[in-house]
Amino acid sequence: MQTTFRIIDEDGIHARPATALVNTATKFKGTEAFAEAKGKKVTLKSILGVLSLGLEAGDTLTLITEGSEEAEALNALQEIMVKEGLGEVHE
Amino acid sequence: MSKISGIAASAGIAVARAFILEHPDYSIAKAVITDTEAEVAKLNDALEKSKAELTAIKERTLAELGEKKAEIFESHLLILEDPELISPVIDKIREELVNADYALNVVAAQFIEMFENMKSAYLQERAADMRDVTKRVLNHLLGIHYISPAEISEETIVIAEDLTPSDTAQLNRQYVKGFTTNIGGRTSHSAIMARSLEIPAVVGTKSVLSQVKAGDLVIVDGLNGDVIINPTDDVVAEYKKKQEAYNLQIAEWKKLRDEPTVSADGKHVELAANIGTPNDVNGVIDNGGEAVGLYRTEFLYMGRDKLPSEEVQYNAYRTVLENMKGKPVVVRTLDIGGDKELPYLDLPKEMNPFLGYRAIRLCLDRQDIFRTQLRALLRASVHGDLRIMFPMIATLGEFRAARDLLLEEKSKLIAEGKEVSENIQLGIMVEIPSTAVLADQFAKEVDFFSIGTNDLIQYTMAADRMNEQVSYLYQPYNPAILRLVKIVIDAAHAEGKWTGMCGEMAGDSTAIPLLLGLGLDEFSMSATSILPARSQISKLSAADMKELAAKALQLGTAEEVAALVQSINK
Repeated sequence: MQTTFRIIDEDGIHARPATALVNTATKFKGTEAFAEAKGKKVTLKSILGVLSLGLEAGDTLTLITEGSEEAEALNALQEIMVKEGLGEVHE
Repeated sequence: MSKISGIAASAGIAVARAFILEHPDYSIAKAVITDTEAEVAKLNDALEKSKAELTAIKERTLAELGEKKAEIFESHLLILEDPELISPVIDKIREELVNADYALNVVAAQFIEMFENMKSAYLQERAADMRDVTKRVLNHLLGIHYISPAEISEETIVIAEDLTPSDTAQLNRQYVKGFTTNIGGRTSHSAIMARSLEIPAVVGTKSVLSQVKAGDLVIVDGLNGDVIINPTDDVVAEYKKKQEAYNLQIAEWKKLRDEPTVSADGKHVELAANIGTPNDVNGVIDNGGEAVGLYRTEFLYMGRDKLPSEEVQYNAYRTVLENMKGKPVVVRTLDIGGDKELPYLDLPKEMNPFLGYRAIRLCLDRQDIFRTQLRALLRASVHGDLRIMFPMIATLGEFRAARDLLLEEKSKLIAEGKEVSENIQLGIMVEIPSTAVLADQFAKEVDFFSIGTNDLIQYTMAADRMNEQVSYLYQPYNPAILRLVKIVIDAAHAEGKWTGMCGEMAGDSTAIPLLLGLGLDEFSMSATSILPARSQISKLSAADMKELAAKALQLGTAEEVAALVQSINK
């Protein structure tokens, strides 16, 4: 499953929200989670991976989950994206 | 109770417990190991210990400073658990049979480099987090007991052999009330940084590190240059009183913050500040600085393991220009060498580093380094009133060569479609006697001079300013120095140009009447000296000081000059 977001926070994705995303992704043990942006795909369970995307306002970011709890995981991640004012769902 | 004396490096009084800051040795050698699993276990053990430490720091920060300040440690914890970091380290140990500290250092360096090359300034700064986390694990792997100055979380006086620029950059003003060192003088970098951070400091005590134990109560008297160890209650009370009086005086000066600098007879001069990093700009504004008269760019190059990229530099210059809101910012191009070394450039040791391969000499030779800086400056120029000056110019040929490189980079940027300001003033530091003597010729080609007195004095008197045994020759009031200053100012004025001064002398209360009299246009000093200087100048008549300076130029010794200036105070 996947959802694409457009980054709206003018500071891009900082360490704090990146931390929240990684902590959430890590909770779902049996589910793989990835972030894809600018032609690069990294595991969402790595803060260095997420920061290495160098996301800035206006970039698009796709969150991908695969595994037994993929729907729950994607929901939880989407909630953080929206709650933290990081991004909006991109049609 | 005991008392030692040093050099008063930064005004003010501080009373707090001692924190001993000593630097661990992080030199890491590659070793071949046989028991890879034992090495992996060692790594895991170091990681666990680091996590325990970070968790404790995080919780303490959370309780004392709130969620916002604690978040950074949460990110550090995640880095320690990050499979993208840990797996490659373990793979390296197992596949290459190398020691854990070496493997960690290599992998971490790749991430540090990745962050440094990112476009956003915020992400570039994450390289520092990566370094911190790596050092924390290395401490455990190498058996080093070290608390970084950034972790200080109670009111302390920092005691050290010397403080590096990166140490001082990490000092938290909320907790670090003062510092004192064994070595250094008024113009050493730790002293200069103390003044820009407005932390009382006494340097050059020779022995404070051996006399103070962690936790001792210490008074740092940055007004007189005294350090008192384990004072009695009476002495503490006496110093608290002194501290209050000083604070009152500061409050008095603060009233002049938004006033122009005008002499009693109506002559306006500009009071500017010397800065080392973009963080110092707040201090300039708070102290009523009318400009930045010297931005020392070498701090951008220090405390790291490779040259800063164009992007890193551009962001720093742009931040300073924007925060100064259109007020002039004089940026000095890289002045490295002498007492300021860059380990990663691997420069050969010299017999006389102050007379050797440094500053513009190095930049004209290593054009790759210089051109990167010039491009970053040119790109930043559209964000404010940028002025560029070259350090250590000894000949007109050097100035022309540096100027031509600047013009080349400017044309290239314009060809690339980048915006560059058309109003960048271009000047030189006058710190070598040959240039002072030939100032009339230079004045035809430069837009301004900035007299760097620290070096001008040491080169004119042939006395190393770092050598305490010849420190009596550091004589700002020597008529020989005053005559050189006069030559430079007169030469500039004859061509309709301006002259500033960015050495310590510009903020010195004995020198100020003389400099005003010699016609100096801009005085650039530590931010904290600006308001006292403004107060002093407002009480002086420029016309009278012109006569005073003329008399001083006819005297024979520095002592006679100082006595002459003192006489007007009566």
